[in-house]
Amino acid sequence: MTRAGGWLLMMAALTLPLWLQSPYHLHVAIMAGIFGVLAMSLNLLLGYTGQLSLGHAAFFGIGAYTSALLTLKLEWSFWPALVAAVALAGAAGFFIGRLALKLRGAYFVLVTISFAGVISLVSINWIELTNGPLGLPGVPAPELGPWSLRSKTAYYYLVLAAVVLSYLVCRRLVRSRFGRALVALRENEPLAESVGVDVTRYLVLAAVVSAAMAGLGGSLYAHYTRFVSPEVFLFTYTVTMVIMVVAGGKGTLAGPLVGAVVFTVLPEALRAAASWQWQMLAYGVLLVLLVFFLPRGIVPRLVAAFSPRP
Amino acid sequence: MLAVQDLAVRFGGVTALERVSFEVRPGSITSVIGPNGAGKTTAFNAITGYLRPSGGRITYDGLALTGLRPSAIARRGIVRTFQKTSVFPALSVEDNVLTGLHLRGTAGFLGILTGRRRLIAEELALAAEALSIIDFVGLVHRRREIAGALPYGEQRLVELAVAVAARPRLLLLDEPGAGMTGAEKIVVSGLIRRVREQGVTILLVEHDMRMVMGISDTVIVLNGGRVIAEGAPAAIQAHPEVIRAYLGGSAGSA
Repeated sequence: MTRAGGWLLMMAALTLPLWLQSPYHLHVAIMAGIFGVLAMSLNLLLGYTGQLSLGHAAFFGIGAYTSALLTLKLEWSFWPALVAAVALAGAAGFFIGRLALKLRGAYFVLVTISFAGVISLVSINWIELTNGPLGLPGVPAPELGPWSLRSKTAYYYLVLAAVVLSYLVCRRLVRSRFGRALVALRENEPLAESVGVDVTRYLVLAAVVSAAMAGLGGSLYAHYTRFVSPEVFLFTYTVTMVIMVVAGGKGTLAGPLVGAVVFTVLPEALRAAASWQWQMLAYGVLLVLLVFFLPRGIVPRLVAAFSPRP
Repeated sequence: MLAVQDLAVRFGGVTALERVSFEVRPGSITSVIGPNGAGKTTAFNAITGYLRPSGGRITYDGLALTGLRPSAIARRGIVRTFQKTSVFPALSVEDNVLTGLHLRGTAGFLGILTGRRRLIAEELALAAEALSIIDFVGLVHRRREIAGALPYGEQRLVELAVAVAARPRLLLLDEPGAGMTGAEKIVVSGLIRRVREQGVTILLVEHDMRMVMGISDTVIVLNGGRVIAEGAPAAIQAHPEVIRAYLGGSAGSA
């Protein structure tokens, strides 16, 4: 993405609430932002290290529950709860990273799925803490000094700030020796080791950052919907993130964001356009077409179209 | 100095290496030769940590290497290439070499997130260094191309550039001339000599006898998992055991 294009997009994002009068449209924008953070987080693992985490909803859910429980039960305010959510999700990422140290490919996928399964069961069965399947209602809206961020417009800007922060963190990491080490692990692990890249260390670090970022998304989600239940661990959340990353362009910085916007808006648009029987069918057909015609994702295709060939 | 003492590697019941001992003098070019299956690559894998030996000791400057991870061994200055072409296929030549410069970078995780100025300065320095290494192997005109799409001979040069970027003190090359044309082999031999001139010790496995005899100071001959001869190229060429190993056991005994 060129610098001018980036600034233009940023201006558009900053002024979005001025154009979108309907709260419903703003709601879609907020969800796209939250999923943008989640997709960027998954992309660090899937796109750069090449390891697919199919339990990513676990980190999202851990973030959501941590933030909800701390504000509800211990009456923490939003900001420290947010930090705790990020930290605890990151710690879970460390745990998974250490566990999967020597596992790659399908085995890594299995460990992450199992982890999500276990965490989900805990959320359902530890009723004293989590209120079980009934969930935790009444999660408070965040406050910033004297202002409540209860309004959709205010929340939109909070989410936008999180998206920008996540994007900048990803960009800084990816364009450094850290990012090169992750890509080296994806491209050729024995060769990476031979030039001194401590592959397992970088895989663990990537898992921590990725999980922490998913925890950020979880916390934002909890304080937005004001309700957390075991549904946050649903496999569909992970699948949605994977679709966003793959369709947008895995291993690119802008790809997951583009994917998040497209695949948050698309189901909503279909909902407006078709009856529910046709929605999923149309969604599926569009997804197949996208993967068929843009196998590397939307962003790499656009980059190829706009970059002059030497 | 690299010292291998009584190195043994067994895969189940199969003995790949049996009490192999040799030393590599600093600043030398030492070649390991031997028929297929003699254990050459196995010895490389054991030295560089890709394989845990069943017995014996490998030391470098007196410190044991046995049991260390490959990346830890690389940090001690021992870098290898692979018999099968091994680059980062989806990355440009430039990014391949930058990745090879990993140990030259100092930015830690937090430093990357907080120290913008230092990071930019370091990235610029690394890019300049990468360019000079690409120039060294003669691929400047290819630097923006995807490594995996280059012709075979050039991919092997990229591989050499990545290894050189890791700043080895001891460089292990596993068949650097394999599959190359005669002209390309001459280029590679020249590069290997120039790397040695910069003070890098070189240990290589190679099948091309003309290349081996042309550049080596010392040749070590492996057969059936044992060292059967060691010495200067001329002496090795005349060694009866070596001739027997290459022409077949029956020819020697008959």
